Amino acid sequence: MTLLNISNLSKSFGNETILAHLNLSVAEGEFVSILGPSGSGKSTLFHLVGGILAPDEGEINLNGDVISGKRGYISYMPQTPSLLPWRNILHNVTLGQELQRKADKETAKDMLMKAGLQQYMNAYPNELSGGMKQRAAFIRALLSPQSVLCLDEPFSALDELTRQEMQEWLLGTWEEYKKTILFVTHNIEEALFLSDRIIILSSKPAQVKAEVTVPFSRPREKKLLLEDEFFKWKRKVYNLLTSTADEYITRT
Amino acid sequence: MVLLLLLIVWELIVKQTGVPDWLFPAPSQIFQEGWNGWEQFYPHLLATLKLSLIGFLIGSGTGLITAIILHLLPGLRDSIYPLLILSQNIPIIVLAPLLVIWFGFGLMPKIIVIALVCFFPITVASLDGFKQTAPELKHYMNMAGASKSQLFWKLELPYATPSIFSGLKISATYSVMGAVISEWLGAKHGIGVYMTLASSSFRTDRVFVAIFWIMILSLLFFGLIKAAERTLVRGQFKGEIK
Repeated sequence: MTLLNISNLSKSFGNETILAHLNLSVAEGEFVSILGPSGSGKSTLFHLVGGILAPDEGEINLNGDVISGKRGYISYMPQTPSLLPWRNILHNVTLGQELQRKADKETAKDMLMKAGLQQYMNAYPNELSGGMKQRAAFIRALLSPQSVLCLDEPFSALDELTRQEMQEWLLGTWEEYKKTILFVTHNIEEALFLSDRIIILSSKPAQVKAEVTVPFSRPREKKLLLEDEFFKWKRKVYNLLTSTADEYITRT
Repeated sequence: MVLLLLLIVWELIVKQTGVPDWLFPAPSQIFQEGWNGWEQFYPHLLATLKLSLIGFLIGSGTGLITAIILHLLPGLRDSIYPLLILSQNIPIIVLAPLLVIWFGFGLMPKIIVIALVCFFPITVASLDGFKQTAPELKHYMNMAGASKSQLFWKLELPYATPSIFSGLKISATYSVMGAVISEWLGAKHGIGVYMTLASSSFRTDRVFVAIFWIMILSLLFFGLIKAAERTLVRGQFKGEIK
């Protein structure tokens, strides 16, 4: 069942068209990655979904309701953890809930426990490592009552090892809660490892260049990253990402 | 330490050169006068303390409220802000007699003087604090669907707290000065009155006693605000913002 549907979405700033007639849909419980080069308008797409920008054209539907230009319909995890420095971790992870309705401390404690952050519940963000902060930020998004979770390159600032660890953890947590996730990244490996489907964007203006359904079964483990099959797909996605649209059509 | 050294040097110079007391008294004389004249001085001190406290509370209160209103209405901020700065260019000394003409010799003009002095640092510091809220935190709050009031109460106000406190610290020290100036307008009690009386009768030692007490009061206020800041603003705030 389609939960989020984006149809014919266009947005330009001044003379520059950032998104042109973009269409995509996300089913309930699906993990969809949006892969595109830097500056391809991935962030603009997110700002439109989050409602802090209004589209010039087209519509965003969530569960049948038009949400274009309306805020508060998605939960969000940004690139930087963006935890409030004066709140302890427990109060930080309940912030997303607080903005919508009452905070549910028990569930929050439970989730922090599962994320291995139980000793840090009363700690402040500056006492945590980068990976731990991102865990807290993800839990904050998971705890928010909205059905769609938007993750904007959440691991791009982490080092390679922490990133892999975080990807595995994210996957495990997601498989447990099965929330619908829209994940923006420029990392092919990350997109392949995590998602059910990858949407590849062209740059300026961003349009859907290709769509890849990831064939790997779940639950996925880290060793998948070293399998031949994974490399084959990585190559394929890489070619899709770097080829121009015309080349792609002639090649297939 | 430096203060002590300064006092010693001062004492020595006065003793060596034999400057007359009414021109420049030695610290030892000042302390002696401060000690002996305490009975006399104490009501003045109390009056000034009360006056500066009331003025400070009113001034900082209106300052903070003004900052919040101007912050929430950016259109208004852009037009009022230059006026605020201009208002600071009017010397209080000139304004004070005018206030007496308008409001008489009561408490009102005095409190207005102090409030005017306290108001500006807080308004400016708070406005800057609100404005400097980390953009990535603001972005998160907006994306997560925070309303304008949630954005203010949950993010901008706590974020600006250290700035507000630095404004409060400046205002707190200004408030004592403002109180003394306002007492020159005419009052029965107060350090300002004591000072005027002392200087017109060439009791320079008493003028210095007054100066020292003004300093002590200012430091006391400053210390109190700092203590409040330490309990309210978490030490963790100093860490990275991201």
